Amino acid sequence: MSLKECYQSIGGNYEDAVGRLYSEKLVRKFVFKFLNDPSYQLLEKSMQEQNYAEAFRASHTIKGICQNLSFNRLQESSSALTEALRAGYSPQVPELVEKVKADYRETVEAIQRLQAEEGMG
Amino acid sequence: MDSANQKKLKILIADDSEMNRAILSEMLGSEYEILEAENGIQALMRIQEHETELSLVLLDIVMPELDGYGVLKTMNQRRWIEFIPVIMISAESGTSHVERAYDMGVTDFITRPFDARVVHRRVVNTILLYAKQKKLLDLVTEQVREKEEQSSLMIEILSHIVEFRNGESGMHVLHIRTLTDILLRHLVQMTDRYSLSQADITRISTASALHDIGKIAIPAEILNKPGRLTEEEFATMKQHSAIGASMLESVPHKEDEPLIKTAYEICRWHHERYDGRGYPDGLKGEEIPISAQIVALADVYDALTSERVYKKAFSHEKAIAMILNSECGVINPLLLQCLSEIASIIPEEINRKQNSWSASQQEITDDLLRQNQLTASERTLQLLEHERMKYSFFAAMSDEIQFEFNFFPPIATISALGAERLGLPETISDPLHNAQLLEMLGSETIQELREAILGTTPEEPVIQYECKLCLQEEARWMRFICRASWSADEPPACIGMIGKVVDIHETQLKIDRLSFQAFHDELTGAYNRRYAKQQIIERLETHTNSKFALALLDVDKFKTVNDTRGHDFGDRVLAYAAQKMQQSVRNEDIVARIGGDEFLLFLEYKENNLEGMVKRIFSSLIGELEGFPISFSMGVAETDSVGNDYETLFRSADQALYAAKENRGQYRFYHNSMQTGSSTISLIERNSTPTTTSANGKGRNAT
Repeated sequence: MSLKECYQSIGGNYEDAVGRLYSEKLVRKFVFKFLNDPSYQLLEKSMQEQNYAEAFRASHTIKGICQNLSFNRLQESSSALTEALRAGYSPQVPELVEKVKADYRETVEAIQRLQAEEGMG
Repeated sequence: MDSANQKKLKILIADDSEMNRAILSEMLGSEYEILEAENGIQALMRIQEHETELSLVLLDIVMPELDGYGVLKTMNQRRWIEFIPVIMISAESGTSHVERAYDMGVTDFITRPFDARVVHRRVVNTILLYAKQKKLLDLVTEQVREKEEQSSLMIEILSHIVEFRNGESGMHVLHIRTLTDILLRHLVQMTDRYSLSQADITRISTASALHDIGKIAIPAEILNKPGRLTEEEFATMKQHSAIGASMLESVPHKEDEPLIKTAYEICRWHHERYDGRGYPDGLKGEEIPISAQIVALADVYDALTSERVYKKAFSHEKAIAMILNSECGVINPLLLQCLSEIASIIPEEINRKQNSWSASQQEITDDLLRQNQLTASERTLQLLEHERMKYSFFAAMSDEIQFEFNFFPPIATISALGAERLGLPETISDPLHNAQLLEMLGSETIQELREAILGTTPEEPVIQYECKLCLQEEARWMRFICRASWSADEPPACIGMIGKVVDIHETQLKIDRLSFQAFHDELTGAYNRRYAKQQIIERLETHTNSKFALALLDVDKFKTVNDTRGHDFGDRVLAYAAQKMQQSVRNEDIVARIGGDEFLLFLEYKENNLEGMVKRIFSSLIGELEGFPISFSMGVAETDSVGNDYETLFRSADQALYAAKENRGQYRFYHNSMQTGSSTISLIERNSTPTTTSANGKGRNAT
């Protein structure tokens, strides 16, 4: 799987990311770095603790990172969650959190597969 | 490459996401030195540390601890925003966010997703723009100053023309200006009635040079006539003030210039008099603008002390005396007081200023710059940098612990050496809740210090506070000397403090030792007589409802001890006796050594338990030291029977002791049949026989 295929499988825009960062190498570097970003764990933890202000910030951060990496699918779901959390808790939140979780898992799994293949190759 | 030798510009990236910071860093490349902050407080700490070297801040809005708006708010308060450009990099894109950020002084906005070329270009543009603005500002400052100097020069030339025509010394204008200046400067110290700023003073002094320009329209024959003027000639002469004023009034398009307005007041009214007998308008008292009143006074003084075609010069002293005696017209009493207070320095000041006016020509420019609150110029930054260098140098030279604490955002900074001594970091955020500080100072000390600082006023902002600090496992006495910072707001708010901590441990221990020595007997550690007396009197006076007993004790056969076993042993006996007594009484009781082998006890007792207490104490004192049996004779007096007067109580106990010594090794209570005044202690007289006697210290001699 190439980086481009990885982007396709997670609903990202590969051309846009490379277009803005001017180098596939850089995009790859940050895509792998995404695996270590703690924002998603922070989101899960703060949702569990019902700390919605913190959950808002975490979701907001995920959104920002996805914008920069052109992970459009995860960006859309995290963006929707961010807006739902902006004024604290709202009824749509649980559903939106599930969507973010699903998109995040999918994204992370794809990146991990890419990393594993490249590691072997 | 020469760029490698140049110092890299510093950029601060404040964003809570490490990913985003990394992406931005990468985009900016290696041309810049990147500093990072992951929340608002950290961002402010970085800005404070690198104040003058930061070229740009890239700022996120949504951040923990303190958000981007909070950072901007403080950057505005501390006026950093004036010389450090900020670019917002938030994922927030609503117009309300953008607008609010621009209102708070943000230069530009970069929305996500970041485009490497856009980020790079905007950063470069903003840095260049600020650099250019700084240069322009310096340039403008320079030009304003030059213009100011030139117009000052023009005013001088103009007024000299008038003077030469007038046949005056050519120094008249300069003298008036100097006098006006020093009179005004002293006047504002005496009163705030006229609310004159430094800029007002400078403007009035400058405008004073124009006071006589109307004389240009007066015929030379009248101006320079040696003898007395006729009534008609004098009327013509008097026109010069109104003429000068109308000349100024007709300067095209300049009627609103403050300098012109002030010059108009001075020209028109510098011959008005406080009692309304001047000209041209016959204004009275404070109707005459203060500028004109001051220049009029200066004019009178200079006219008196100068030689004119029609008169000789008076001495300085004579001129002052004449003015104060109202020989030259009635003058505002406040100005007379002002004149008399500075009279002694006038001749010297006039002499000094003759050569140095050009130095102060910059003052107007400086005032203007200050008043308009222009942004910090390169020169200001250099001065600031110089001050910082000076500060850190002196801080490093001194072994004091110096610190600064701003309440918002709550950040404390400690001098490098101080931080090292205390084992604290140099920068501490939220110090009131910092665990290390809490442990070192204790929450009580922190609270007290806080209250002391908040209790200061802008006029008296300095406090001192002493306490023990836990420094590297040792508690030492320290003195805090702090100065509260008050804002210039109305009403002023306490916004922080600076201070130093001085180690006073050795001094404090010495004081403790000295005060112990002052109150205690050196040999036995018991109180000395003087201090015991003071304490007893205080208790007798403050506890009038309590019952007390005062006992005096003698070591039996002490003279024999000294004679047979030597004085060293005698001293040991006394120390032993004191120790026994301390052990036998309660903490609140008083034990004192009041003479050679004489001791005093002062005890509080409840109804009916005195006898039991005395008996218990007395028997517990009996013992032996190195084979030498020790016993006491003791006399006791109670407030119940002799009252609360110390002297009476003491004398009574003394008489009881005298009685007890008859047989030694016993105690006696004072009884009024003893009152003939036998004494062992004060050796008054020993001619009477006290009522007696009981067996060895075993009881009260009841009658």
